[in-house]
Amino acid sequence: MPDIRVRGFAGGINSPNPFWLASAPPTNTGEMIMRAFEAGWGGAVWKTIGEPVTNVSSRYSATDWNGLRMMGFNNIELISDRSVEVNLSEMAEVKKRYPHNAVIASLMVASNRKAWHDIVARAEGAGADGLELNFGCPHGMSERGMGSAVGQVPEYAQMITEWVKEKARTPVLVKLTPNITDIRTIARAAKRGGADALSAINTINSITGIDLDTFTPRPNVDGKSSHGGYCGPAVKPIALNMAQEIMSDPESALPLSGIGGIATWRDAAEFILLGCGTVQVCTAVMHYGYRIVEDMAEGLDNWMREKGFKTIEEFRGLSLKRVTEWKHLNLNYKIVAHIDEQKCIGCDLCHIACWDGAHQCIHLDRVSGPVDGHVELHTTPAAREMQSRAAIAETPVTRKEREVTTLGDYPTPLERIPRVDETECVGCNLCSLVCPVDDCIRMERVDAGKPPETWDERTRGAECAPRPQF
Amino acid sequence: MLYLGVAMSSAILPDDEKLRERFGELKPPLTAQAAQIEANRCLNCFDAPCTASCPTHIDVPGFIKRISSGNLRGSALRILDANILGSSCSRVCPVEVLCEGACVLHRQNRKPIQIGLLQRHAMDSFHKSGEVLPVAMRAASAPRVVCIGAGPASLACAAELVRQGAHATVVERRSLPGGLNTYGVAEYKLRTADSLHEVEMIRRMGVDFRFGTGINSAAELEALESEFDYVFVGVGLGAMQQLGIPGEDSDGVINALELIAGYKVGHIRRIDGTVVVVGAGNTAIDAANAARRLGAHAVYLLYRRGESDMSAFDFEYEHAKQEGVQFLWRRQPLAIRKSEHGRLLLDTVQVHQVDNKLLPLPDSHFTIECDQIVPAIGQSPLAHLIHDLRGVDVRDGRIVADHSTGQTGNPRYFAGGDCVNGGREVVDAVASGKRAANAILKIAEEAHA
Repeated sequence: MPDIRVRGFAGGINSPNPFWLASAPPTNTGEMIMRAFEAGWGGAVWKTIGEPVTNVSSRYSATDWNGLRMMGFNNIELISDRSVEVNLSEMAEVKKRYPHNAVIASLMVASNRKAWHDIVARAEGAGADGLELNFGCPHGMSERGMGSAVGQVPEYAQMITEWVKEKARTPVLVKLTPNITDIRTIARAAKRGGADALSAINTINSITGIDLDTFTPRPNVDGKSSHGGYCGPAVKPIALNMAQEIMSDPESALPLSGIGGIATWRDAAEFILLGCGTVQVCTAVMHYGYRIVEDMAEGLDNWMREKGFKTIEEFRGLSLKRVTEWKHLNLNYKIVAHIDEQKCIGCDLCHIACWDGAHQCIHLDRVSGPVDGHVELHTTPAAREMQSRAAIAETPVTRKEREVTTLGDYPTPLERIPRVDETECVGCNLCSLVCPVDDCIRMERVDAGKPPETWDERTRGAECAPRPQF
Repeated sequence: MLYLGVAMSSAILPDDEKLRERFGELKPPLTAQAAQIEANRCLNCFDAPCTASCPTHIDVPGFIKRISSGNLRGSALRILDANILGSSCSRVCPVEVLCEGACVLHRQNRKPIQIGLLQRHAMDSFHKSGEVLPVAMRAASAPRVVCIGAGPASLACAAELVRQGAHATVVERRSLPGGLNTYGVAEYKLRTADSLHEVEMIRRMGVDFRFGTGINSAAELEALESEFDYVFVGVGLGAMQQLGIPGEDSDGVINALELIAGYKVGHIRRIDGTVVVVGAGNTAIDAANAARRLGAHAVYLLYRRGESDMSAFDFEYEHAKQEGVQFLWRRQPLAIRKSEHGRLLLDTVQVHQVDNKLLPLPDSHFTIECDQIVPAIGQSPLAHLIHDLRGVDVRDGRIVADHSTGQTGNPRYFAGGDCVNGGREVVDAVASGKRAANAILKIAEEAHA
């Protein structure tokens, strides 16, 4: 039976599972965090504690996509608006009642040594299992010289990390902002400063959209808006890339708590495969509540059972060696699209995608029945549509007209099942990505008749990255 | 001739609250959000089968994407571009055998996109706005066309003509336009008021209407020929066919179209007792359902063949069963008599089919005592008029016209809709009217050049 517990993360943090709540509204109060632990969350990073702030209303906005809510989510809320005393007394209470769950204090104070020493001592006094330095908040706090204002300058990030390390007895995590050209510069600074671990990514600077009636971007605060921090499912690919960059860089690599669009066990597994020891979740909880952790824990457990992993450490980082620079990819690896005629429903999205978005090698030139005369090959999409619209169609009013004509071998009329010209197919995947039917278009390997060769090998004869062995 | 210059208004129809209640819409409109959700389900197929199966080839994925992006006006214009009666078609089309039947989602075991309801959503929004469709400037050389009959075929032909800058006049023998849309479609599918509203949009585009103008003689045709360059014949079919049995002219015998038109314009408010509808087509079902909703205690649908032979669409048959209509299969009416209590007696016999012939079964005579008998065995062709159209071929009661242009044997005469196809759907009539309009414009342009 798989063991999904986290042991000794960042040199000493334990939690019953790798699922932590990120420092955000779901971890605003002790009461909330205790309910989250009851629901099954392994740990919680407290909503950032510091000098209490005044917030605005409204604070959130979202990007919907094709009828789905909150593909991306944006906030302009600041750190905790409650006093340090209240937050820390509640933290002590939570630790007393839930000694086995991880409670991490997220901290942000003015950039002076004493302020940091004070807050570190107070948080640890309240029983925090670890400290997360909020160098990432991209809005509001950064205007006051905190948050991402620190996280965008390596010297500041290193200096404050050093101050904290002078005082801290518990593991110190530095939370990184993605609003920087290369996230590794700050990761390296944090590592130089002595950080025990990193959290990434914080939210991405964003304007989610503009109200086309008022011309005010969202969220609207009395007719004006301000850029916010973007998160939710939309940012996951960006976060995964940054996790990979950090973990593949020896000068950056530290125990990493992955953050960014994680909503399911699948997302979590991906972050762990890129080296993360724990993951943090916020938007999905803000959308659906703490209860989502149940499936996350069960799903991860089932997947590990299926794959034969006994602990998280057994698969942590396995995908890192599968990521390389482009120049080390095999130029002679060749795949082509194959359409399963039994599964094709005839939407022909692959055809138009290939013509207008790829390499014009998926054609609608099959014909049902005997071919009498010339068959036009490679008709352009526009000509094809014109032809259909010039045809005369009639309502089948009699029973006889409505009788289903036998379709032949496939559920879809053959003339609507596209054909892949394999000699022209470049194996780009686009058709298989747009196909609405699972496993209808498979990318199948063909023998290119050549040994593997990378760009690097071809151009420089350089020593190439070793092929991963599993 | 009666020229009606003022707006055709539904105000002349009595607003009968009871009728509205009894004939509440079968498919209520989608809410804005439901439409959005449904629109987002559309895969946006290339060369979409829904579009191909629509006789007017409405760009279905195109108008649906416009709904999903919130471009409702663009969506409606896209629909109207292909089908000027997009509003009534969204309500009356048998989408199950057309666009929705062709939806590829069937093959993925998913529910097809509710194209009819989405189309209605866009069209309702457009009609509510009261916007007039833009038309091209009229050129001095533009042809003058008269469309005989104000049903869907003529309306589509006339609208297409004025959109492209020609003159179009519609002459109609009845007092209201719309043809079967106004007088013949079950009220729970398309309200008379909505049909008239749609025609009003066409009138505001610049189509002239003359009502109460029956064309019954060669002289009247000649007058039209001298006034107009081309004639489009969209007269539909004639009266309902007779049963051809004794007693057919008794009180209490009313054919299906008369019954439907009667309740739609408020002449028939209530039906009591037992009703027997003879026939098993879509109109028979509309009449049977109407009788139920108007209060008939029992409604029987009597058909000389079996369930599997009925020409009504499957969904119409299902609907009739839900309405409580009862079916008498393989029974043939023989005579209609009056009982001593003044009720109707319909003598029938069970039949069976032998070599394409229906033969009575012995000892199967049965008399149904009822209060109303509704023949619904199809419409007869309008032969008397067609006979007068010189040079226009008529075969099996249908005008012979080129499939793609609607042109008849007389090059100045075009025809479309039921009088050519023998009785199909509104959308077929619209498609043929539009094709004829485009053919007329092309020929006129060539003649001018």
